[in-house]
Amino acid sequence: MASRMAALRDWIDARMPTLGEEYRKHLTEYYAPKNFNFWYYFGSLALLVLVIQIVSGIFLTMNYKPDAALAFGSVEYIMRDVPGGWIIRYIHSTGASAFFIIVYLHMFRGLIYGSHRQPRELVWLFGMLIYLALMAEAFFGYLLPWGQMSYWGAQVIVNLFNAIPYIGPDLALWIRGDYVVSDATLNRFFAFHVIAIPLVLLALVVVHLLALHDVGSNNPDGVEIKKHKDASGRPLDGIPFHPYYTVKDIVGVVVFLAIFAFVMFFVPNGGGYFLESNNFIPANPLQTPAEIAPVWYFTPYYSILRAVPPMFDSQFPGVLAMGVAVLIFFFLPWLDRSPVKSIRYRGPLFKIALAVFVASFFVLGYLGTVPTNAWGQFGAWLGDAQRATVVARIFSTLYFLFFFLMPWYTAHDRTKPVPDRVTAH
Amino acid sequence: MRRLLLVAALALAGFPPPAAAEAAPRLEAPHYDFDRATIRKGAELFAQRCFACHSVAHIRYQRLETDLGMPLGTLEDDIMLPSDARIHQGMVSAMRPQDAAKWFGVAPPDLTLEARYRGIDWIYTYLKSFYRDPKRPTGFNNHVFKNVAMPDVLEPLQGILAADGRVIKKGSVSPQQFDRDAADITAWLQYTSDPSKLEREALGPWVIGFLAVFTLLAYALKRVVWRRVHRGASQAGS
Repeated sequence: MASRMAALRDWIDARMPTLGEEYRKHLTEYYAPKNFNFWYYFGSLALLVLVIQIVSGIFLTMNYKPDAALAFGSVEYIMRDVPGGWIIRYIHSTGASAFFIIVYLHMFRGLIYGSHRQPRELVWLFGMLIYLALMAEAFFGYLLPWGQMSYWGAQVIVNLFNAIPYIGPDLALWIRGDYVVSDATLNRFFAFHVIAIPLVLLALVVVHLLALHDVGSNNPDGVEIKKHKDASGRPLDGIPFHPYYTVKDIVGVVVFLAIFAFVMFFVPNGGGYFLESNNFIPANPLQTPAEIAPVWYFTPYYSILRAVPPMFDSQFPGVLAMGVAVLIFFFLPWLDRSPVKSIRYRGPLFKIALAVFVASFFVLGYLGTVPTNAWGQFGAWLGDAQRATVVARIFSTLYFLFFFLMPWYTAHDRTKPVPDRVTAH
Repeated sequence: MRRLLLVAALALAGFPPPAAAEAAPRLEAPHYDFDRATIRKGAELFAQRCFACHSVAHIRYQRLETDLGMPLGTLEDDIMLPSDARIHQGMVSAMRPQDAAKWFGVAPPDLTLEARYRGIDWIYTYLKSFYRDPKRPTGFNNHVFKNVAMPDVLEPLQGILAADGRVIKKGSVSPQQFDRDAADITAWLQYTSDPSKLEREALGPWVIGFLAVFTLLAYALKRVVWRRVHRGASQAGS
């Protein structure tokens, strides 16, 4: 058997040596630091969820109708009359939220271990582009079930472009393809969701990985393993990705799948966060719901949008703040001036700033899911201001301060000496 | 045309305050086993009391036989009320929406997904919250859904209650039995809103059990493969 496998390998090698070369370059001879911890599961899991979404999406497309009159019913048809249809649909809806959970954890990993720092700036930038593409993918996909929240969520987001000075209204019209969100909008969003954005996503994922494999992975110590190599040029603290990290990631994959299956089979609504109850009534263009909120993964930004008061009779400042809140991640590699990468060797200033940032992200995320009057009003002494709005403004400010003050506090923070080689594994 | 700036309304003015929040009654959770027998009972009550006006169009009649194990005779005699109903069709009420809108002021909504939209507690409490109100055209009002257009179709079972809960006229069943009936209808609507629930909750433990076993195997494999790395590390003394 072994000799037959070897014969097959030789046969392929004689005809297409690239295959073997790439296999070695990215798997068996890609040296990853041996001290990866829990946080390093989320890269491979993100790739897995991408595949899950593409495959389940293909099967959904076989039965879904991108037509304003038929879309809502076709989703219910999938849920009831297509054999295994409910499995496919719940995989896809659970996968959407899982994707964002994983990507947020993956980004947080980068943040705490300094994976965005020199020489991995391009890895970070491509990762951020993936994040943007993922947001677009989620936004376009959310319109497709054609429920009330699908419809009005799309209406609100497209109207954000309206607030851009001068070109806004024309731009919004161009995106919608109609004066309101309509059948034309549904059709083009379908095209974006099932082919345009997925192609971009896949290409970006390839580039993200190529960029990573050129410079090599960072690790929880934030030291460069390529500085210490043995006689044959292999990093002393590196181990081949395959088999070591493939078998390790399989453990992460099955544990993840078990949690995923639990949600899918027992709580597919995700407590009303993964599938919202308001989206189980068909879209009604004539009836604006009392509350419009995006899905949970957009709510931190939505909170920031709502927190910024209109200026000069324009909503644009809020829209701008929201845009900056997302795009500012691109500048992280240059905002961070610390001489060390990993949180293990950083001082209290960075740790406090990071804790405040994480708290802000969660508080804003929560506030984005509830109406602005959820916490009642302050008394007359504060002009009867909505408590939730005031809190959102405070945490929006803290969110931005994390980035704006970063050049200062990272440069002035105490640091611990960084070891020469990776520590425990 | 300038688009209505929804953002404007959302971002600054805040949402309109919830209408009369203090008047909203506490929703009561129904107690029932979500099994086929309960759902079948609910389906029969639904057919007798609700189906004349409300459709559950995304449910095909056939599913009551294949999914819920209802005998074909019962299905044809008690459930398939519209005279032209066919077994493969969705459960569409015999009442035409145009007529309904004329009679009630609003067409009775399709209830297939009502349980996912409003929640089962809402449905259960709503069904139990009708009271006498001579000011309403139907003679009834509802604590959960103020000035609802729907008449109290369960009145023969529950009897007639006053706004404060006083019994004006006794119903044909005991209050305990009425609670069970309301719960059965709720179970039926929970089923129509997501028929996969029966199947997925039966399948789920097997899938998760398989993955749990797989986790052990995967972990054992990882331990074996990584032994070399750990041995190498101890030799290097790092």
